[in-house]
Amino acid sequence: MACKNYILVCGGTGCESSRSDEIYRDLIKEAELQGVKEEVQIVKTGCFGFCERGPIVKVLPSESFYVGVKPEDAKEIIAEQVIKGREVKRLLYKKDQNTADTVKVKDIDFYQKQFRVVLRNCGVINPESIEEYIARDGYKALEKALFEMTPEQIIAEVKASGLRGRGGAGFPTGVKWETASKAPGDVKYVVCNADEGDPGAYMDRSTIEGDPHSILEAMIIAGKAIDAHQGFIYIRAEYPLAIDRLNVAISQAKEMGLMGENILGSGFNFDVELRLGAGAFVCGEETALLRSIEGNRGMPVPKPPFPAIKGLWGKPTVINNVETLANVPVVLTRGAAWFSSIGTDKSKGTKVFALTGKINNSGLIEVPMGTTLREIIFDIGGGIRNGKKFKGVQTGGPSGGIIVEKDLDTPISYESLISLGSMMGSGGMIVMDEDDCMVDVSKFYMAFCVDESCGKCAPCRIGTNQMHAILDKISKGKGEESDLDDLERIGKAMTKASLCMLGGSAANPTMATIRHFRDEYLEHINEHKCRAGKCKDLIVYEINPEKCIGCGLCARRCPVPCITGEKKQPHVIDKSRCLKCGECFKACKFGAVTKR
Amino acid sequence: METAPKTALEGKAPSPQQPETILQDYPDRRDTLLSALHEIQRCGARKSWITDQEISLVAQHYHIPLAELDGVVSFYKMFAREKRGSHIIRLCDSLSCRVRGSLDLYHHVRNKLGISTGMTTQDGIFTLEIVNCLGACDKSPNLMVDNTLISGLTIDAVDALLDGILEAEQ
Repeated sequence: MACKNYILVCGGTGCESSRSDEIYRDLIKEAELQGVKEEVQIVKTGCFGFCERGPIVKVLPSESFYVGVKPEDAKEIIAEQVIKGREVKRLLYKKDQNTADTVKVKDIDFYQKQFRVVLRNCGVINPESIEEYIARDGYKALEKALFEMTPEQIIAEVKASGLRGRGGAGFPTGVKWETASKAPGDVKYVVCNADEGDPGAYMDRSTIEGDPHSILEAMIIAGKAIDAHQGFIYIRAEYPLAIDRLNVAISQAKEMGLMGENILGSGFNFDVELRLGAGAFVCGEETALLRSIEGNRGMPVPKPPFPAIKGLWGKPTVINNVETLANVPVVLTRGAAWFSSIGTDKSKGTKVFALTGKINNSGLIEVPMGTTLREIIFDIGGGIRNGKKFKGVQTGGPSGGIIVEKDLDTPISYESLISLGSMMGSGGMIVMDEDDCMVDVSKFYMAFCVDESCGKCAPCRIGTNQMHAILDKISKGKGEESDLDDLERIGKAMTKASLCMLGGSAANPTMATIRHFRDEYLEHINEHKCRAGKCKDLIVYEINPEKCIGCGLCARRCPVPCITGEKKQPHVIDKSRCLKCGECFKACKFGAVTKR
Repeated sequence: METAPKTALEGKAPSPQQPETILQDYPDRRDTLLSALHEIQRCGARKSWITDQEISLVAQHYHIPLAELDGVVSFYKMFAREKRGSHIIRLCDSLSCRVRGSLDLYHHVRNKLGISTGMTTQDGIFTLEIVNCLGACDKSPNLMVDNTLISGLTIDAVDALLDGILEAEQ
């Protein structure tokens, strides 16, 4: 009997951490209890992308979109939706909390401007079922590559599609494959870079968790194109769910004869193995990644030779990022012409962005290249939280920059972001509002780079430390105007002389913030003031005696304690001992504690 | 926070095997080294670091000098050579967590446990670590207890989580 209803439960990390696994279990249990097991199919899928409002449950064919679902709601969903065919109104997504108007999936702003190529299966199929992947044209591209195309034709198709590396640098994927295929060598390798480390980026994790087979399929196709028979996926150990899903996918593919020896009887062999990282950001750099797979310290080596010529164990190696690979099966099934019709002149296809920070709808989004930042932040993202003012959006992680209001209408492409002094990077977009301090943000990224610099080359090892020291001084109100010139000088040297892109781009966030927010830096330096109130050393907490009723709550919360006063009399903060933790400010119910 | 502390405890799955037995499954190929170290670090009840004895075993197994192996181990943040607590709290310190208040959480946890980053509480229950990004930025701020990710934290939620673990331990 065909199922009347399909209930899709999000099984992405975001929703799983909000008990979506229990919701899934309870739905199955309730369907059984209420005797409608046969009428409904309950599926655990990959990420829907709308993580902000998770856990999410979608019901088809009614297209009901439930947000913030709790395990306790399972009973009602089954009773109402499955048995009575009525939607559970109180759980439906509403555009505005204050209205009763509910919206169907296709009408939700968050999804309307999106175009899903990479995330085509995320939130649609059960990622632990190879059958569902196959039902959505999965492994069709592999079949085509194995039986209808020569390696040269595969490479030509990928080249013609205009697909470029989604890990950040934007190198043409087809050219990379061609180089590796022409490089002399008896053994060659395909490596998938899943060492997603940029703070604020998580599209690779979600793609793997939601659609692991697409990565495997693409790796086998790449293997056929360059005549490699072994692939490695280098993945962060911090992503346990993604690792599990890949392991499941690999064993399923092997069982079905889609991986291993003599794939589908074509005579072509290809195997994929996982290699785990261990918490080193620099291993996302391709040469460092290869050293790490080899079991060494993950330190970069100078390029050239590029990995496509001399990579893993000195053999020609193609390294592609997760998102790049996820595009490959689509390029082959739908054709290069279709793929290159999406996007801009030089940046083809779509890009997945992780929209986070002070934004109403944070989540994973996919848009055609050429979409403007304004559309992403205000139309899809729903604007800034709590009605605050937009200040900037950080793109490209520690290698990128900050894009400000006036540049929001620029269509996104690899080149346009670089011309704005930022970069595509892996696709993290952290939205900041007026409460965020730009000195603090650039200090944050510099501290990150100090921490993650592998220490091999001097410009990066020493430069990041020096820049951090200066930024720290400025954030404490001890800076001088000449410090800004020093920052720029050191930054330039680092950019030019570092061995790899970690050092080569480490100065970017600082340079970008100085360029756009010089006045804010000068305020810290000259007026010892942090307008966002983030630089702790510049904050002063005081108690307004006129508003203080002497309840003593602040004094009890103070960890030092440095707040004194008689009961029912105005209290006083001893500023010399104050840690500026802000506990008193948060505790006061009368607005008597002020911060400046 | 929506996850019950109980689930957090279940996330930790120490391997009951001895390091010698674990190594038997790994061929003497250097590229399996990091995976082997990950497994060894978790072997034995409640262990989350690599002992000197295990380092020598691994060095022998892979036929690499001790000093070189130590160099590899010390390069990676997730490997510890000193004793850590039975539960590792990894607070995410990415910018997306920071703009949603992870620093306040960090100070709170530090005060509550009375330890700073990299330290272990005297009772040997908690080790506090800072990680770069846990990749759950949409639901920030986040932390990981052992292998379990917990998102959308508030100070109250962290209190409940830590208290829950403490209670289970006693």
